[in-house]
Amino acid sequence: MTPEVIVSIIATVMTAATPLLIAATGELVVERAGVLNLGVEGMMVVGAVAGFAGAQLTGNAWGGVGLAIACGAAFSLLFGILALTLATNQVATGLSLTLLGLGVSGMVGEAFIGQPGVKMASVNIPGLSDLPIVGPLLFGQDPIFYISIALVVGVSWFLFKTRAGLQLRAIGNNHGSAHALGIRVITVRYLAVMFGGACAGLAGAQLSLVYTPQWTEDMTAGRGWIALALVVFASWRPGRVLIGAYLFGAVTIAQFHAQAFGVAIPSQLLSALPYVSTIVVLVLISANRRMTMQNTPAALGKTFVPDH
Amino acid sequence: MRLELEKRGEHSAMFSAISPIIAVAVTALLGALMFAALGKPPLQALYSYFIEPLTEVWSIHELLVKATPLILIALGLAFCFRSNNWNIGAEGQFIIGAMAGSIIPVMFPDLRGPWIVPAMMICGMIGGGLYAFIPAVLKARFNTNEILSSLMLVYVAELFLDWTIRGPWRDPDGFGFPQTQRFHADAILPEMFSASGRAHFGFVFAILATLVAWYVLSKTMKGFEIRVLGESARAGGFAGFNAKRMIIFAFVVSGALAGLAGISEVSGAIGQLRPSISPGYGFTAIIVAFLGRLNPAGIFAAGLVLALSYLGGEAAQISIGVSDKVASVFQGILLFTVLACDTLIRYRVRLRSSAPALAPESVAP
Amino acid sequence: MTTSLLEAREISKSFGDLVANDRIDLKIAPGEIHALLGENGAGKSTLVKVIYGSLRQDTGQLIWRGKPVEIGSPSAARRLGIGMVFQHFSLFEPLTVAENIALASDDAGSLREISKRTIELAEQYGLPVKPDALIGDLSVGERQRVEIIRCLLQQPDLIILDEPTSVLTPQEVERLFETLRKLRADGKSILYISHKLDEVRALCDRATVLRRGRVVGSCRPAEETASSLATMMVGETVEGVSRDENTLENHRGETQPLLRVDTLSRPGQSTFAVPLHRISLEVWPGEIVGIAGVAGNGQSELFEALSGEWRSANTDAVTISDQAVGHLGPSARRELGVAFAAEERIGHGAVPGMSLGDNVLLTRHRSDKSAYRGLLGAIRLTAIKRTLRRIVEEMDVRKSGENPNAATLSGGNLQKLIMGREFDRQPKLLIVNQPTWGVDVSAAARIRQGLIDLAASGSGVLVISQDLDELLSICTRVAVLNEGRLSGSLSGGDLNREAIGLLMGGVSAQAKPVVSHAA
Repeated sequence: MTPEVIVSIIATVMTAATPLLIAATGELVVERAGVLNLGVEGMMVVGAVAGFAGAQLTGNAWGGVGLAIACGAAFSLLFGILALTLATNQVATGLSLTLLGLGVSGMVGEAFIGQPGVKMASVNIPGLSDLPIVGPLLFGQDPIFYISIALVVGVSWFLFKTRAGLQLRAIGNNHGSAHALGIRVITVRYLAVMFGGACAGLAGAQLSLVYTPQWTEDMTAGRGWIALALVVFASWRPGRVLIGAYLFGAVTIAQFHAQAFGVAIPSQLLSALPYVSTIVVLVLISANRRMTMQNTPAALGKTFVPDH
Repeated sequence: MRLELEKRGEHSAMFSAISPIIAVAVTALLGALMFAALGKPPLQALYSYFIEPLTEVWSIHELLVKATPLILIALGLAFCFRSNNWNIGAEGQFIIGAMAGSIIPVMFPDLRGPWIVPAMMICGMIGGGLYAFIPAVLKARFNTNEILSSLMLVYVAELFLDWTIRGPWRDPDGFGFPQTQRFHADAILPEMFSASGRAHFGFVFAILATLVAWYVLSKTMKGFEIRVLGESARAGGFAGFNAKRMIIFAFVVSGALAGLAGISEVSGAIGQLRPSISPGYGFTAIIVAFLGRLNPAGIFAAGLVLALSYLGGEAAQISIGVSDKVASVFQGILLFTVLACDTLIRYRVRLRSSAPALAPESVAP
Repeated sequence: MTTSLLEAREISKSFGDLVANDRIDLKIAPGEIHALLGENGAGKSTLVKVIYGSLRQDTGQLIWRGKPVEIGSPSAARRLGIGMVFQHFSLFEPLTVAENIALASDDAGSLREISKRTIELAEQYGLPVKPDALIGDLSVGERQRVEIIRCLLQQPDLIILDEPTSVLTPQEVERLFETLRKLRADGKSILYISHKLDEVRALCDRATVLRRGRVVGSCRPAEETASSLATMMVGETVEGVSRDENTLENHRGETQPLLRVDTLSRPGQSTFAVPLHRISLEVWPGEIVGIAGVAGNGQSELFEALSGEWRSANTDAVTISDQAVGHLGPSARRELGVAFAAEERIGHGAVPGMSLGDNVLLTRHRSDKSAYRGLLGAIRLTAIKRTLRRIVEEMDVRKSGENPNAATLSGGNLQKLIMGREFDRQPKLLIVNQPTWGVDVSAAARIRQGLIDLAASGSGVLVISQDLDELLSICTRVAVLNEGRLSGSLSGGDLNREAIGLLMGGVSAQAKPVVSHAA
């Protein structure tokens, strides 16, 4: 393999990893606030169709990105109203968000099937992108890649260096105590849920504007669920989400290349690889009970109803 | 204005009974708005969606065909959800059940006899049960999140089915189409009233399963154990119930019923294995389970309602030209409204003006 | 007379049908320690939450330094100069001391500044803590110090303390009082919520007494006796427990203990759980053995090991009536005639969302299988309801409806039901954790009498409790659990408050090993 081939393989890994990274980072913030939103897949697929539609309408990929973020956040608000204001079961509510998202995107997207999409152009950072190997990899990528890295850094800073981040973590640990101290539990959770929705929307837009610039039904293909698994894998730490997302990106890409190299394994088996490895990773992580217990936000998934 | 919830000590019996009805009504209302937004006459659309399919005998048969897998799967999910085990991989267990049940007609197509159909049903239940055993044992042994693992296994099952019928199980006389040979008549689950329509004996299974599930869940010690562990794992442990054994039990029951649904569908409604044997029954059954309030009788009724949403989708596509994707939108909205209405059962909901008149020297933020 | 620092006028607050506060008046003067006295459920916590802004009153007015105020949130209360130390600490275990303090201060500087001020305050008031320690690693007493410092950092004029001593050893209580007196000397006012009469008499300048949501009196505690305060608080004279001093004598002939725990050890399950170290004890017929100690020293862990919720690899670690049961679960142990009552009512000893009948079945589905289980595994509802009626009558459980959900019962009534459920079995051995925690005086008396009567009938009782008065009034022997280790036991003349207090602080007195039967 020539260096060019290796660089291009790594570049595809990064492209495959970016949507997972963005969606998982968003969900990480949601879960740190003590909310389990299983609707990532639904918000992501809504983002994908909104991204495609926005780009078609405006003729500009950025129009798609903006619409996807807005739709993802708005869609997550549905979850918020039920799970936060009406105190419904978070697991069931998240599932219904996913089912509704798949339904709505399928209906809205019917018109787009087979249409050529708008591909987001790469941005070369002058001077740096000409460097050998690292140049094209780190400085010649699409804008969403840069956003994803900034997102991880930003979230990490927010959670661990700011007062608001401290409050958010406190809520996720014990919403009753946080409420007693006067922290606005429901408000902060709404903001976190909408941030998660915006991230999932952006991740969806990456799929329909960068990864495969077109619309196909259910094009997220379980990536929203893998993003949820990544948060567990990362034990709720942004830096580890980055590592996890890239590992999964590599697994996804490995199956394509294995097929290209004519490895005598049925293609379906290779396609199953990301899903199987998700399970394997979850088992390995959760088997360490002590560590999971220590890291899991203690209020995760529990409904909170303040007394008045 | 602010919405305030106040916990009820006792669940409201009235809202327990009417909340699913409110949910269906609200969904129909939202549906009418949606049709209006799509530029279709809302009343006519609702009519062709929800009423028209019930006006003809053959389509009532179709309703039962669609309701069968939904009811069977959702009954199993009731065992899981009530015991706080979140099996959302029923779609995968449905597929694997269908495949396991098809082993006899596909691999031993020359076998004949009245025992074949029962044997296929049993194989289907074993297949679905074993497939559900995987996430169950991972949860019981390694504390692995069952939501994610059972869901991942859906994708794996779909790919496995795809590989099987494009590879080893492909019909040699099928002109290369990815499907198995058509099952022999002895491997077909018979129709109940073949003169008037397609409804097969799977619906009888659904009725029997509803009765058994109702008895087990509401009358027996096992049902008590399920409820206790679902309400509070800690109290269950104190009572001497084994939560790990319950995980396995609930998942295997649920998987077996999903597997039975799978092989009933394939043997009764389709007659062969194809790449796609389910329009998402395993996921729609989640909605059925919640709409039925995890109660077997309710699930039976809810299964018929959701089956109607599939039929209505097809009917509305033909008569008023809306996409059949509307069906899954309807289903999604329905689950949302069901969950929202359930809040009325557990809480008193009050609207309150956000702040009383402020006194002088106010320090309110 | 000088203006009050805080005055509450006709504060009312209801939750649904329950009137928690009914036109309550309260005046707190500058520089006084004011007691808010009342039983559990008298409305103390509700009133305090209104003052601290976490609840809003339905009607009534708060007046701060002579001016009417509307306190909309805890941070508004803090800005006025009201600080609060919670009963159930509002601390976050995975965060550090400094982070926890930062969360409660509204004008917080950097964490470094907070650490610095923490250390200063700690020295000033004798409250040593390390700013960068994780809360999860701290003892209960240390956690309370963090709560107090967190409150003091705001430089409040009024400090509210909600039942601060329920989790402290007698020695720690004395140290807390010193701190509070220092604060009073600095001109701060303290609202001290308690139901412990001796403490209020020792510490407080004035007291307001609540009963069933109303003010029933106010007084100078130093001028009252404990019994006059008690009468004010409860509204009736409560009878003490009575016991037959000959019970032990009557059962002296027994040859084997009902319960033998032999060098039971248990590793810490999670980061914050307490490991148990080589615990040995015996309970003989007719005995009530008490295990004293401040919460969080391994009580729940010990209870779980005895009930079988946690099983030991060592079969012989727990022996019940000569049968080794260390490896058996709760049902098998119950079948040997043991009954258990857990500390937490909701979600451990009872399931709130299930009916009382179901809750009776909860611990008796196996031991009373023949009575409650019919054909095809069916539950015999009529038999269960009969038992429920018996328990309700025996323990005087107040409920609405025939078979309502457990969640509809008040704490005291639910505890009576839970204890009645076990008494009704007439167990050979009863193991109970905090039998009267958060229960009103009359329910507590009934439960304690039940324990004494059970022992008098020849059964053994093991009581884990943090309430020293309770243990002293009912137990024949008492040992102390401290950091997962069990002390020797005190009985007869050696059994007194001071000796137990010393053991709770980890100082061993002249205690005998708990295995030696007081022969």
